[in-house]
Amino acid sequence: MTPKTIKEKTEKEEKVEEEIGKETKREIVVPGEVIVSGDDYLPGEWTERKGKEIVALRFGLADKSGRLVKIIPLSGTYIPRKGNVVIGKVLDITFNGWIMDIDAPYQSFLQAMEASKFVNKNDLSECYDIGDMVAVKVWSIKRKGIDLTARGRNLGRLEEGIIIRVNSNKVPRVIGKEGSMINLIKTETNCDITVGQNGIIWIKGNKVEDELFAEKAILFVTEKSFVEGLTEKTKEWFDKQKKSKKKEAKEEED
Amino acid sequence: MSYTKRPDGRKFDELREMKAKVGVVPRADGSAMFAFGDTIAIAAVYGPKPFHPQHLQNPEKGVLRVNYDMLSFSVTERKKPGPSRRSQEISKVTEWALAPALQIENFQNTVVDVHIIVLQANASTRCAGINAASLALAHAGIPMTELVSAVSVGKIDDKIVVDLIKEEEDYEDGEGATDIPMAFLSNSKKLTLLQLDGKTSAEKLKEALEAGKKACEKISELQKKTLKEVKGE
Repeated sequence: MTPKTIKEKTEKEEKVEEEIGKETKREIVVPGEVIVSGDDYLPGEWTERKGKEIVALRFGLADKSGRLVKIIPLSGTYIPRKGNVVIGKVLDITFNGWIMDIDAPYQSFLQAMEASKFVNKNDLSECYDIGDMVAVKVWSIKRKGIDLTARGRNLGRLEEGIIIRVNSNKVPRVIGKEGSMINLIKTETNCDITVGQNGIIWIKGNKVEDELFAEKAILFVTEKSFVEGLTEKTKEWFDKQKKSKKKEAKEEED
Repeated sequence: MSYTKRPDGRKFDELREMKAKVGVVPRADGSAMFAFGDTIAIAAVYGPKPFHPQHLQNPEKGVLRVNYDMLSFSVTERKKPGPSRRSQEISKVTEWALAPALQIENFQNTVVDVHIIVLQANASTRCAGINAASLALAHAGIPMTELVSAVSVGKIDDKIVVDLIKEEEDYEDGEGATDIPMAFLSNSKKLTLLQLDGKTSAEKLKEALEAGKKACEKISELQKKTLKEVKGE
């Protein structure tokens, strides 16, 4: 291959990359706004076809991946999906289970059978009492409410640690691609973290300082949720924080 | 003497300077402020959430509940706090004005709460309230087919005037003043609110509707612009 053809190729590749970049660029849309027109596109989540045009049905970021057009919500309450791991608070105890508050539009119920440990049928409060925070999974969504289960890895009552709350629409950024972000925060802060899809996050570390540091890191991520390459940025942020901590320690020694 | 000049020097089809902002109440699921000149309204949206008391729930679709009120210092003569005949009426018509734009059928047994509060009043408070509520509902991520914009059009003597102020509402010479608040959907231009306080002929009403439609286009442009600027948060 002559050097010229190589150069041509890279130029072509660059063009292709540019086009992909353009396609994945996301824009804010308002309800009723036309996102794209033409028969080439398919309406996805929160969009609707009106004649030739695809129209937004809610406020959010319009995402065109391939032919599918959908809207990524930026705000709003958490809407539960089957299989979501969430953190909820026990509101009440009935004869066969617990009524939970998971910050969703519907009532949610955790059956006694679905508890994470042995249940004394005569006294359910031995297992989970009113006010306890429990990590649960959404088992099924029916017209009248949500059924939960606490059986599974990392589910069950949360003891010690701290609970923080973030916008549920930013949870995907806190977790990152295949958990990259949350694993980074876990290793850097030495904390055990459970992120509920409803935006409630449980942090448990050996020291309170570690827990507060993890909280700071998560708040950094949610604030910078629009930045691209956020995992890298968070790494830098951790390095900076460490340096400043070292400095403080040194100054104290001096 | 006929009505030739407006007290604040605006043209007959000119709106007051409008201001809009989204996210003014951090605790709410969605919130917005909307101002026509010195009429300022804020709206906060909570939900969809479980609806209590249970007997008010609708098993077929979600319910929209609007609560409109004015602060006691928003007008020159102190407004007695608490619900009144007037605020109940405005809450209800605002609900009807907003409902056609919403798609909350799939949130059975839930309620979407909208709280509108007028901080400062100089006429057109219900219109400012509807505009703020529409922004707040969109900000709260409630599924909507389009936005809602509202404006009050008046017939003062024999002139059609857009976006009245209190002084014009109280005009008494000639045929007097008629206040016609109206709301339009942003895309389909359907009318969702039309009230009429006073006297007018059918022709003048048609004229007023046309003027209102034009003004609402300007308002919905501002609403769209405001929502698009949310990104920085």
